Amino acid sequence: MSQEHNMRRVTAIRNGTVIDHIPSGQAMRVLEMLNMNKTTSVPVSMVMNVPSKKMGTKDIIKVEDRELTQDELNRLALVAPEAHVAIIRAYSVAEKMTIQIGEEVTNVVRCTFSNCITTNLREPLAHRLRVMGREPLVLRCHYCGRPQDLEKLIGNLL
Amino acid sequence: MLAGNYPSALIVAVGNVHGCLSPVVEKRGSNMAGLITMDDLSNDEIQSILEDAERLLPVAEGKIYLPLLQGKILGNLFFEPSTRTRMSFETAMKRLGGDVVNLGDVKTSSVVKGETLFDTIQMVDGYTDIIAMRHPRQGAAQYAQDAARVPILNGGDGAGHHPTQTMLDLFTIKQAHGRLDGLKVILAGDLRYGRTVHSLSHALTRFGCELIFASPKLLRMPAEIVEDLTAHGANVVETEDLLSSLEEADVVYMTRIQKERFADEDEYTKVAGAYKLHASNLEGTKEDMIIMHPLPRVDEIHPSVDKTRHARYFQQAFNGVVARMALLCRLLGVKVPEDISPAGGEL
Repeated sequence: MSQEHNMRRVTAIRNGTVIDHIPSGQAMRVLEMLNMNKTTSVPVSMVMNVPSKKMGTKDIIKVEDRELTQDELNRLALVAPEAHVAIIRAYSVAEKMTIQIGEEVTNVVRCTFSNCITTNLREPLAHRLRVMGREPLVLRCHYCGRPQDLEKLIGNLL
Repeated sequence: MLAGNYPSALIVAVGNVHGCLSPVVEKRGSNMAGLITMDDLSNDEIQSILEDAERLLPVAEGKIYLPLLQGKILGNLFFEPSTRTRMSFETAMKRLGGDVVNLGDVKTSSVVKGETLFDTIQMVDGYTDIIAMRHPRQGAAQYAQDAARVPILNGGDGAGHHPTQTMLDLFTIKQAHGRLDGLKVILAGDLRYGRTVHSLSHALTRFGCELIFASPKLLRMPAEIVEDLTAHGANVVETEDLLSSLEEADVVYMTRIQKERFADEDEYTKVAGAYKLHASNLEGTKEDMIIMHPLPRVDEIHPSVDKTRHARYFQQAFNGVVARMALLCRLLGVKVPEDISPAGGEL
C-alpha cells in the first residue's frame, strides 16, 4: 500500500504538525508524552498499524492548528526516536524536523528506582536522566545512578 | 512563581520544561565541587589526597595543633544513624581548628514536619562552609550537591556510594602495602547491600587490583556493578568460598551479614557461619596480608583475630579522621603544608 494511500486514511490538514514513522502501537504513548491525551482542544487524528516500506507497519499522528516545538518533539526520543515530523502550513510542508536527544532527558520522566531521592515529588530540582547510549537508548538517573528500564520509564511520565 | 519563594542570590535561573519549574543553583566562589562518588576524583587526585593525609597524621593523633580550618564550619547532616562517619568528620574538623554544627536527631528536626531535602540544604548552606551528609535515599548526595552552593561530602546515600569511607580504606591499604596497584583483594560478606564495598571495588579496579567477591548467593555483588567493573577492565572472581582464597590475598575486607536479609534465622546461621574469620583460619596467609572491616562487626571477625598482625580494622576506623581531614582541606581549597613539623605547634 502506498504512502499516498496511508495519508488519505485521514484528511489532509491545513495547518499543524504531522508525526510519521512512529513505531507501530506507540501512537497513544506519543500523545501521552506530548500531554495531548487529556488536555488538548485542537483536532488530533491518529492512524495505527498502517503498512510502511521502511518499518513494516507504523503509526501516524496529525495535530491540527498547532506547531509542536523542538523541545516537545525531543520528548518522543524515548518511544519514537526515528519519527519524521513535518510542520504544515496552507496544506504544504513548511518545515521538516527530526527528534534529537541531547546529553540528558530533563523533566520528561522520573527515575524508576523506588528508593531514589526524586521519588519525593515535592523535591523541586529537575528530573534528570543522563544519556549513556543511543542505539539502543541507555539512560541513567543523574542522582542515584541507576540504569533505567525503558518499559517502566514510560509509566513515569511527568 | 516558585523562584519568588527562594532567596534571589541563590536561585539564578528557573528552568521551565512543560510546566515543571526547577530551581538552578549557583555555586559559591572558588570552592571545589563536592565528593559524591569516587568518579569525582582522578587517580592522581586520590594519590595526592592520600599524601596530604599521611602528612596530617600527627595532627590527627593530637601531637601537633594545626588550625588550617580555623573560622570554617562543617554542617553534619546525618538523616540516618552513624557513629564512626559522623564522629570522625567532627573530630577531623576540630583537630584542624574548625567548628561543627549538627542536624541532630532527625525525629526532632524540621525533616519530620515534611521539609524537602532541597529546603533543608538551603538552610544549612547558609550556616556552613561545607556539608557532610548521610541519607537513606539513593542519589540524595548528588541532589544536595545540585541544591547547595557549598561542597557536599557524601557520607552514604542508600545503597549508593560512600566515597569518604573508600578514601580511608585506600589510605589503610596504602599504609600497609606502600601502594594501591596490583593487589589481590577479597571483599567478603554482604556485597549486595553494602555501599562501602560498591565504592571500594570501583576504586580498586582503577588501580588495577585483582578482586575476589566472596559472598552467599543471596548477597552477591549486584550484576550491574560487576558488569561495570569488567567493562573497566577489572579482573573479578565471584565465589561462595571465602577461606580457600585467603592464602593468596593481600587484603581481606570483611563486611557484616545482617539477619534481616534472610527469610529465617536457620538460613542466616548457616550462611553467616561461612563468612567468619577466626585466628586459626589465618595460618598460611601472606605475612603482610591485612584484614579490614568498616565496623561495626558482629560475629564475622572473632576477637582472636584482633591480636594478630593482620588485624587493621581499628586502625582503619582511626584513619577515618585523617582521610577526612585531608578531604575537608581539599574541598575547602586549603593547602596542606609540605612540612608539618612540631615547631610552634607541638602539644
